[in-house]
Amino acid sequence: MAIKIILNGEAYSLKTAMTLEELLDNLNINKEGVAVEVNLKIIKKANYSKYTVNDGDSVEIVNFVGGG
Amino acid sequence: MEDKLIIGGIEFKSRLWVGTGKYKDFEETANALEASGTDVVTVAVRRVNIVDRNSPNLLDYVDPKKYKILPNTAGCYNVEDALRYARLAREAGISDLVKLEVIGDEKTLFPDVCGLLEATEILAKEGFIVLPYTSDDPITARRLVDAGAAAVMPLGAPIGSGLGLRNPYNIKIILETIDLPIIVDAGVGTASDATRAMELGCDAVLINTGIAGAEFPLMMAEAMKYGVLAGRYAYKAGRIPKKLYATASSPIEGML
Repeated sequence: MAIKIILNGEAYSLKTAMTLEELLDNLNINKEGVAVEVNLKIIKKANYSKYTVNDGDSVEIVNFVGGG
Repeated sequence: MEDKLIIGGIEFKSRLWVGTGKYKDFEETANALEASGTDVVTVAVRRVNIVDRNSPNLLDYVDPKKYKILPNTAGCYNVEDALRYARLAREAGISDLVKLEVIGDEKTLFPDVCGLLEATEILAKEGFIVLPYTSDDPITARRLVDAGAAAVMPLGAPIGSGLGLRNPYNIKIILETIDLPIIVDAGVGTASDATRAMELGCDAVLINTGIAGAEFPLMMAEAMKYGVLAGRYAYKAGRIPKKLYATASSPIEGML
Protein backbone atom coordinates (compact mmCIF):
# COMPACT_ATOMS: atom_id res chain seq x y z
CA MET A 1 0.00 0.00 0.00
CA ALA A 2 1.28 3.44 -0.88
CA ILE A 3 2.33 5.64 1.99
CA LYS A 4 1.34 9.25 1.72
CA ILE A 5 3.55 11.79 3.43
CA ILE A 6 4.18 15.50 3.30
CA LEU A 7 7.74 15.98 2.10
CA ASN A 8 9.16 19.48 2.35
CA GLY A 9 5.66 20.87 2.35
CA GLU A 10 4.41 18.93 -0.69
CA ALA A 11 2.29 15.78 -0.90
CA TYR A 12 4.54 12.83 -1.67
CA SER A 13 3.79 9.18 -2.14
CA LEU A 14 6.04 6.23 -1.27
CA LYS A 15 5.36 2.96 -3.07
CA THR A 16 6.26 0.87 -0.05
CA ALA A 17 7.12 1.36 3.58
CA MET A 18 10.70 2.49 4.02
CA THR A 19 13.13 3.93 6.51
CA LEU A 20 14.43 7.49 6.38
CA GLU A 21 17.75 6.09 5.20
CA GLU A 22 16.01 4.45 2.23
CA LEU A 23 13.99 7.57 1.52
CA LEU A 24 17.17 9.67 1.34
CA ASP A 25 18.82 7.06 -0.87
CA ASN A 26 15.80 7.03 -3.19
CA LEU A 27 15.92 10.79 -3.41
CA ASN A 28 19.65 10.64 -4.06
CA ILE A 29 20.37 12.87 -1.06
CA ASN A 30 23.69 12.59 0.72
CA LYS A 31 22.97 12.53 4.43
CA GLU A 32 26.07 14.55 5.20
CA GLY A 33 25.12 18.20 5.29
CA VAL A 34 21.41 17.63 5.73
CA ALA A 35 19.09 17.52 8.70
CA VAL A 36 15.82 15.65 8.83
CA GLU A 37 12.78 16.49 10.90
CA VAL A 38 9.70 14.29 11.17
CA ASN A 39 6.58 15.87 12.63
CA LEU A 40 8.69 18.70 14.02
CA LYS A 41 11.09 16.34 15.76
CA ILE A 42 14.71 16.11 14.59
CA ILE A 43 15.87 12.60 13.75
CA LYS A 44 19.57 12.06 14.37
CA LYS A 45 21.62 10.69 11.48
CA ALA A 46 22.39 7.54 13.44
CA ASN A 47 18.67 6.79 13.59
CA TYR A 48 17.80 7.21 9.91
CA SER A 49 17.94 3.47 9.39
CA LYS A 50 15.78 2.86 12.46
CA TYR A 51 12.98 5.24 11.64
CA THR A 52 10.29 3.88 9.32
CA VAL A 53 8.28 6.58 7.62
CA ASN A 54 4.60 6.41 8.58
CA ASP A 55 1.55 7.34 6.58
CA GLY A 56 0.74 10.99 7.27
CA ASP A 57 4.23 11.90 8.46
CA SER A 58 5.43 15.40 7.71
CA VAL A 59 9.07 15.09 6.70
CA GLU A 60 11.40 18.05 6.28
CA ILE A 61 14.84 17.65 4.76
CA VAL A 62 16.99 20.76 4.96
CA ASN A 63 20.50 21.72 3.98
CA PHE A 64 22.68 24.81 3.87
CA VAL A 65 22.19 27.44 1.21
CA GLY A 66 23.79 30.81 0.65
CA GLY A 67 22.90 33.31 3.35
CA GLY A 68 24.20 36.26 5.35
CA MET B 1 51.67 39.94 14.66
CA GLU B 2 49.83 37.40 16.79
CA ASP B 3 46.25 38.58 17.00
CA LYS B 4 43.92 35.71 17.70
CA LEU B 5 40.17 35.84 17.82
CA ILE B 6 38.70 33.05 19.90
CA ILE B 7 34.97 32.53 20.38
CA GLY B 8 33.52 29.58 22.24
CA GLY B 9 36.90 27.88 22.13
CA ILE B 10 37.11 28.18 18.34
CA GLU B 11 39.98 30.14 16.84
CA PHE B 12 39.18 32.40 13.90
CA LYS B 13 42.07 33.48 11.71
CA SER B 14 40.20 36.14 9.79
CA ARG B 15 38.47 39.18 11.22
CA LEU B 16 36.47 39.51 8.06
CA TRP B 17 33.53 37.15 8.06
CA VAL B 18 31.64 36.73 4.83
CA GLY B 19 28.05 35.81 4.01
CA THR B 20 27.33 33.47 1.12
CA GLY B 21 23.99 34.88 -0.06
CA LYS B 22 23.15 36.86 -3.20
CA TYR B 23 26.06 35.84 -5.42
CA LYS B 24 25.49 35.19 -9.12
CA ASP B 25 26.37 31.52 -8.67
CA PHE B 26 28.36 29.23 -6.38
CA GLU B 27 31.50 29.75 -8.42
CA GLU B 28 31.37 33.47 -7.78
CA THR B 29 30.69 32.73 -4.11
CA ALA B 30 33.79 30.54 -3.89
CA ASN B 31 35.96 33.07 -5.69
CA ALA B 32 34.76 35.95 -3.53
CA LEU B 33 35.48 33.97 -0.36
CA GLU B 34 38.95 33.21 -1.63
CA ALA B 35 39.60 36.86 -2.49
CA SER B 36 38.37 38.00 0.93
CA GLY B 37 40.82 35.76 2.77
CA THR B 38 38.11 34.79 5.23
CA ASP B 39 37.92 31.53 7.14
CA VAL B 40 34.35 31.83 8.39
CA VAL B 41 31.21 32.02 6.30
CA THR B 42 27.55 32.31 7.13
CA VAL B 43 24.93 30.08 5.56
CA ALA B 44 21.17 29.73 5.79
CA VAL B 45 19.11 26.60 6.43
CA ARG B 46 16.49 25.82 3.80
CA ARG B 47 14.59 22.90 2.32
CA VAL B 48 16.52 20.58 0.02
CA ASN B 49 15.37 20.84 -3.56
CA ILE B 50 13.55 17.53 -3.94
CA VAL B 51 12.41 18.11 -7.51
CA ASP B 52 15.72 19.03 -9.09
CA ARG B 53 18.28 16.72 -7.55
CA ASN B 54 20.97 17.86 -9.93
CA SER B 55 20.97 21.40 -8.59
CA PRO B 56 24.41 22.22 -7.15
CA ASN B 57 25.07 22.19 -3.43
CA LEU B 58 26.68 25.14 -1.65
CA LEU B 59 29.02 22.91 0.34
CA ASP B 60 30.46 21.50 -2.89
CA TYR B 61 31.87 24.97 -3.45
CA VAL B 62 32.46 26.06 0.13
CA ASP B 63 34.60 23.40 1.75
CA PRO B 64 33.80 23.00 5.47
CA LYS B 65 37.39 21.84 5.97
CA LYS B 66 38.59 25.21 4.77
CA TYR B 67 35.87 27.46 6.14
CA LYS B 68 34.12 27.47 9.48
CA ILE B 69 30.42 27.24 8.71
CA LEU B 70 28.28 29.63 10.71
CA PRO B 71 24.60 28.85 10.12
CA ASN B 72 22.09 31.63 10.64
CA THR B 73 18.43 31.65 11.56
CA ALA B 74 17.59 34.30 8.97
CA GLY B 75 13.94 34.62 8.12
CA CYS B 76 12.79 33.64 11.61
CA TYR B 77 10.30 36.05 13.14
CA ASN B 78 9.70 34.31 16.44
CA VAL B 79 11.60 32.38 19.10
CA GLU B 80 10.09 29.02 18.18
CA ASP B 81 11.19 29.22 14.55
CA ALA B 82 14.66 30.46 15.48
CA LEU B 83 15.13 27.52 17.86
CA ARG B 84 13.91 25.11 15.20
CA TYR B 85 16.31 26.41 12.57
CA ALA B 86 19.23 26.52 15.00
CA ARG B 87 18.67 22.91 16.04
CA LEU B 88 18.34 21.77 12.42
CA ALA B 89 21.53 23.64 11.57
CA ARG B 90 23.42 21.91 14.34
CA GLU B 91 22.18 18.53 13.13
CA ALA B 92 23.11 19.32 9.51
CA GLY B 93 26.45 20.83 10.37
CA ILE B 94 29.48 20.01 12.35
CA SER B 95 29.60 22.57 15.13
CA ASP B 96 27.56 24.27 17.80
CA LEU B 97 27.96 27.70 16.22
CA VAL B 98 24.84 29.64 15.36
CA LYS B 99 24.33 33.19 14.22
CA LEU B 100 21.04 33.76 15.93
CA GLU B 101 18.50 36.03 14.28
CA VAL B 102 15.03 36.72 15.57
CA ILE B 103 13.73 39.33 13.18
CA GLY B 104 11.14 41.84 14.30
CA ASP B 105 10.02 43.51 11.13
CA GLU B 106 10.20 42.82 7.39
CA LYS B 107 10.90 46.36 6.29
CA THR B 108 13.83 47.07 8.59
CA LEU B 109 14.87 43.49 9.41
CA PHE B 110 15.73 44.89 12.83
CA PRO B 111 16.05 42.25 15.53
CA ASP B 112 13.23 41.52 17.95
CA VAL B 113 15.50 41.86 20.95
CA CYS B 114 13.03 40.37 23.43
CA GLY B 115 12.74 37.22 21.35
CA LEU B 116 16.48 37.26 20.76
CA LEU B 117 17.24 37.28 24.48
CA GLU B 118 14.85 34.41 25.10
CA ALA B 119 16.24 32.30 22.25
CA THR B 120 19.85 33.06 23.25
CA GLU B 121 19.24 31.81 26.76
CA ILE B 122 17.58 28.59 25.60
CA LEU B 123 20.20 27.75 22.95
CA ALA B 124 23.15 28.61 25.20
CA LYS B 125 21.75 26.15 27.76
CA GLU B 126 21.58 23.52 25.00
CA GLY B 127 25.29 23.96 24.39
CA PHE B 128 25.14 26.18 21.34
CA ILE B 129 27.81 28.80 20.76
CA VAL B 130 25.34 31.61 20.27
CA LEU B 131 26.29 34.69 18.27
CA PRO B 132 23.19 36.89 18.36
CA TYR B 133 22.53 39.46 15.66
CA THR B 134 21.29 42.41 17.67
CA SER B 135 20.57 46.11 17.54
CA ASP B 136 23.24 48.64 18.50
CA ASP B 137 21.74 49.06 21.95
CA PRO B 138 24.36 48.62 24.69
CA ILE B 139 21.84 47.49 27.31
CA THR B 140 20.54 44.70 25.07
CA ALA B 141 24.14 43.70 24.42
CA ARG B 142 24.68 43.39 28.16
CA ARG B 143 21.52 41.34 28.58
CA LEU B 144 22.71 39.02 25.78
CA VAL B 145 25.92 38.42 27.70
CA ASP B 146 23.86 37.51 30.76
CA ALA B 147 21.76 35.19 28.58
CA GLY B 148 24.85 33.24 27.59
CA ALA B 149 25.93 34.68 24.24
CA ALA B 150 29.47 33.79 23.15
CA ALA B 151 29.87 37.04 21.22
CA VAL B 152 27.63 39.96 20.36
CA MET B 153 26.87 41.01 16.80
CA PRO B 154 25.40 44.50 16.73
CA LEU B 155 24.20 45.86 13.41
CA GLY B 156 25.98 48.82 11.86
CA ALA B 157 22.87 49.64 9.84
CA PRO B 158 19.93 47.65 8.42
CA ILE B 159 20.83 44.42 6.61
CA GLY B 160 21.74 45.09 3.00
CA SER B 161 21.48 48.87 3.42
CA GLY B 162 25.17 49.70 2.97
CA LEU B 163 24.75 52.69 5.28
CA GLY B 164 27.86 51.94 7.31
CA LEU B 165 27.97 52.51 11.05
CA ARG B 166 24.93 54.65 11.78
CA ASN B 167 25.71 54.89 15.46
CA PRO B 168 29.44 54.48 16.09
CA TYR B 169 29.05 55.93 19.57
CA ASN B 170 26.72 53.14 20.64
CA ILE B 171 29.12 50.59 19.18
CA LYS B 172 31.88 52.27 21.20
CA ILE B 173 29.82 51.98 24.38
CA ILE B 174 29.14 48.31 23.64
CA LEU B 175 32.88 47.78 23.16
CA GLU B 176 33.64 49.48 26.47
CA THR B 177 31.01 47.67 28.48
CA ILE B 178 31.11 44.14 27.08
CA ASP B 179 33.98 41.74 27.60
CA LEU B 180 32.98 39.37 24.81
CA PRO B 181 34.04 39.68 21.16
CA ILE B 182 31.98 42.25 19.26
CA ILE B 183 31.33 41.63 15.59
CA VAL B 184 29.62 44.29 13.51
CA ASP B 185 27.03 42.53 11.43
CA ALA B 186 25.08 44.26 8.67
CA GLY B 187 25.31 47.66 7.06
CA VAL B 188 28.92 47.63 5.89
CA GLY B 189 28.76 49.10 2.39
CA THR B 190 32.36 49.72 1.47
CA ALA B 191 35.88 49.16 2.73
CA SER B 192 36.04 52.34 4.81
CA ASP B 193 32.94 51.22 6.74
CA ALA B 194 34.76 48.02 7.66
CA THR B 195 37.86 50.02 8.58
CA ARG B 196 35.82 52.35 10.79
CA ALA B 197 34.30 49.43 12.67
CA MET B 198 37.70 47.86 13.22
CA GLU B 199 39.30 51.18 14.23
CA LEU B 200 36.70 51.48 16.97
CA GLY B 201 38.00 48.19 18.34
CA CYS B 202 35.45 45.72 17.02
CA ASP B 203 36.79 42.18 16.86
CA ALA B 204 35.47 41.38 13.40
CA VAL B 205 32.94 42.43 10.80
CA LEU B 206 30.47 40.26 8.91
CA ILE B 207 29.70 41.33 5.36
CA ASN B 208 27.44 39.83 2.73
CA THR B 209 25.61 42.33 0.53
CA GLY B 210 28.50 44.81 0.67
CA ILE B 211 30.56 42.27 -1.26
CA ALA B 212 27.97 40.22 -3.16
CA GLY B 213 26.09 43.32 -4.30
CA ALA B 214 29.14 45.26 -5.54
CA GLU B 215 29.58 45.70 -9.26
CA PHE B 216 32.74 43.58 -9.04
CA PRO B 217 32.30 41.33 -5.99
CA LEU B 218 35.77 39.76 -6.13
CA MET B 219 37.47 43.14 -6.13
CA MET B 220 35.25 44.33 -3.29
CA ALA B 221 36.01 41.16 -1.35
CA GLU B 222 39.68 42.03 -1.54
CA ALA B 223 38.99 45.67 -0.69
CA MET B 224 37.10 44.54 2.42
CA LYS B 225 40.00 42.30 3.39
CA TYR B 226 42.38 45.25 3.38
CA GLY B 227 39.80 47.53 4.94
CA VAL B 228 39.47 45.20 7.90
CA LEU B 229 43.23 44.77 8.23
CA ALA B 230 43.82 48.52 8.01
CA GLY B 231 41.26 49.18 10.71
CA ARG B 232 42.56 46.45 12.97
CA TYR B 233 46.17 47.57 12.67
CA ALA B 234 45.22 51.20 13.21
CA TYR B 235 43.30 50.23 16.33
CA LYS B 236 46.20 48.21 17.69
CA ALA B 237 48.71 50.92 16.72
CA GLY B 238 46.88 53.58 18.75
CA ARG B 239 45.96 56.64 16.79
CA ILE B 240 47.16 60.16 17.64
CA PRO B 241 44.84 62.43 19.56
CA LYS B 242 42.85 64.90 17.48
CA LYS B 243 43.94 68.52 17.93
CA LEU B 244 42.47 71.71 16.56
CA TYR B 245 45.79 73.35 15.61
CA ALA B 246 48.88 72.30 13.73
CA THR B 247 52.00 70.69 15.17
CA ALA B 248 54.98 70.96 12.83
CA SER B 249 56.43 67.70 11.59
CA SER B 250 59.76 69.28 10.60
CA PRO B 251 62.18 70.68 13.23
CA ILE B 252 62.49 74.39 13.85
CA GLU B 253 66.19 73.95 14.76
CA GLY B 254 68.62 74.45 11.90
CA MET B 255 66.41 76.78 9.97
CA LEU B 256 68.13 79.66 8.15
